[in-house]
Amino acid sequence: MTSKIDKSDELPRDEKTNSLADIKRKRLEWEERYDKSVKKHPEHQGKFLTTSSKLINPLYDPTDLPPTWNYSTDLGYPSSFPFTRGVQPTMYRGRLWTMRQFAGFGGAEETNKRFKFLLANGMTGLSVAFHLPTIYGRESDHPMSLGEVGKLGVAIDTLKDMEILFDGIPLDKVTTSMTINAPASILLAMYIAVAEKQGVRSDQIGGTIQNDILKEYIAQKSYIFPPKPSMRIIMDIIKYCSTHVPRWNTISISGYHIREAGSTAVQELAFTLVDGLEYVKWAVDAGLDIDDFAPRLSFFFNSHNDLFEEIAKYRAARRIWARHIKKYQPKNPRSFWLRFHTQTAGCSLTAQQPQINVVRTTIQALAAVLGGTQSLHTNSLDEALALPSEEAVEIALRTQQIIAHESGVTNTIDPLAGSYFVEALTNEMEEEVEEYFTKITQLGGVIPAIEKGFFQLEIANAAYQYQKEIEENQRIIVGVNEYSTGDEIKVPLLQVDEEVAKRQIERLHQTKKERDNDAVRIALENIRKAAEGTDNLMPPILEAVKAYASVGEICDILREVFGEWKGDTLI
Amino acid sequence: MMNMVRKIRVLLAKPGLDGHDRGVKVVARALRDAGMEVIYTGLHKSSEQVVEAALQEDVDVIGLSSLSGAHMALFPRVMELLKENEMIDDTLVVAGGIIPDVDIPKLNEIGIKGIFGPGTDTAAIIDFIKSNLKRSL
Repeated sequence: MTSKIDKSDELPRDEKTNSLADIKRKRLEWEERYDKSVKKHPEHQGKFLTTSSKLINPLYDPTDLPPTWNYSTDLGYPSSFPFTRGVQPTMYRGRLWTMRQFAGFGGAEETNKRFKFLLANGMTGLSVAFHLPTIYGRESDHPMSLGEVGKLGVAIDTLKDMEILFDGIPLDKVTTSMTINAPASILLAMYIAVAEKQGVRSDQIGGTIQNDILKEYIAQKSYIFPPKPSMRIIMDIIKYCSTHVPRWNTISISGYHIREAGSTAVQELAFTLVDGLEYVKWAVDAGLDIDDFAPRLSFFFNSHNDLFEEIAKYRAARRIWARHIKKYQPKNPRSFWLRFHTQTAGCSLTAQQPQINVVRTTIQALAAVLGGTQSLHTNSLDEALALPSEEAVEIALRTQQIIAHESGVTNTIDPLAGSYFVEALTNEMEEEVEEYFTKITQLGGVIPAIEKGFFQLEIANAAYQYQKEIEENQRIIVGVNEYSTGDEIKVPLLQVDEEVAKRQIERLHQTKKERDNDAVRIALENIRKAAEGTDNLMPPILEAVKAYASVGEICDILREVFGEWKGDTLI
Repeated sequence: MMNMVRKIRVLLAKPGLDGHDRGVKVVARALRDAGMEVIYTGLHKSSEQVVEAALQEDVDVIGLSSLSGAHMALFPRVMELLKENEMIDDTLVVAGGIIPDVDIPKLNEIGIKGIFGPGTDTAAIIDFIKSNLKRSL
């Protein structure tokens, strides 16, 4: 198509016009005008920083791309190396992202009802939040579970609870993501057992377990066992799934919690990818072929307020991952794919003027979509105050639907490619991640760096820096340190009924009375034997959950064999 | 003459299973930068362990952090144990995290008066501690 825009006056037909030298000359002219203008009218901020305290230039142009930058090798086309522009050939024109709202509270009955509400409102995948006792492998009546039962997620002690959680939800029709780490093998076994009871085979189910223990030591801190036995459990899961549950995503390598703990965008990306590469190394060392497991690895990122920084992060993520996986020479193109789920930043939400959190979440969700996410959770406006109410969750889901169907951003693939700013940020992100990789290697690798507290201190430093910027008014948070109103608008909050704990503990006791306790004892002994030796832990765990052994009982056996990780008190 | 008043000693604690430690670590540094002696318990402590640590470290202030919704079970237990150990009269207890408005009067009643939610300026916490200590320095 020929352009109808007449530029003959502006552009002499000289091939040098678009040369780098010409651009540099024009840039200098502009810089002069810019400096003059700033002298006369100073800029409204001393420094222009991203959410991650990265300094941003007033303008980006072709000179911001390194001379070695090359469209074909640095961007390429969607579904081709290095995947900067996306992993699928059609992206959202083929299929929209999965709208997957994380939910779980109270007992299995309450969460089952919330799932059915969300599915009826157009949600396309389930995502389970477990309460802290399940996450830490404790029974609901354990002294440390005091006050935590059913609070941050759904209470699951035994298969009995899991049967109620998925009652009336056909597990061959939905995919389910389970946010569970140290006891991931046990919850996956329960899911397989529930499916079996529905008449669904394990090779028909699909979903994800988070199962990313490395980021637990680094950021989220819901660890149980020390790093090495934890890695062994993960390898057992990967091996088991590669033959028995082939549609299962075995690890969701997560930066979300790293960011929530206060990291910068670069730290989130670097620490997540280095964790991912550590799992790959362990799996290859365990004798697995890269193509047997790499296609089942998925990622989970945060989306914070800074639109372009976040978009650059996702684009850089795909490229860095593909470049590092290449060293393993995979034959299956999917082994290169960095597929990811995104959740908007919980830590960005304000308790002050909670309604305006809808706007923050919209910007963050937009970044995730422009960055090519495969699935998305949008936070609810009340989440700085409590677990989300049903009304708030509905607005959050509608936010995604508006971006998908009304904003027009899904019409074309990777619409921001070629933006000098976005490409420069993407390049810088990649370089800074590589610098972190070098530093971590110098520390002896991921596990030694965890033991030295390296990640934990890097994150704590960034979190403190961010807080100081807010308190010194270098960073404006609307409704917090600017534009605050004296009288706060109240929103209705979800309260978890204290009766839930009573009911949960009663059900646990009832289940223990009704089950075949000899079968449980034998199954638990089999877990111990496997843990002490080298047999895969998944078959005995599956046997134990089917006998209605609790998450707490199974974890206690593993604690006896593997010991516990004590964490750090670094500040 | 130099002011020889000793430093304020603060124990920051994470009772229960909650792993959210961003806030408590930020507060720890802010208090330290404000000249206080800060001891952090680390995660996953029972109420008993928190009070035991406070006793051992002979602190002026205990800061309890909870974002998991378990505060109404855990904080009163800590206060009970302080009473049993006769520490309640000279220990200032403050709290932070996600604490819904409805719970604040109940916590005030059992003696937790400084409650700091998301978005709090750390200077507000420092001021509160300095002006509400229960024993002299």
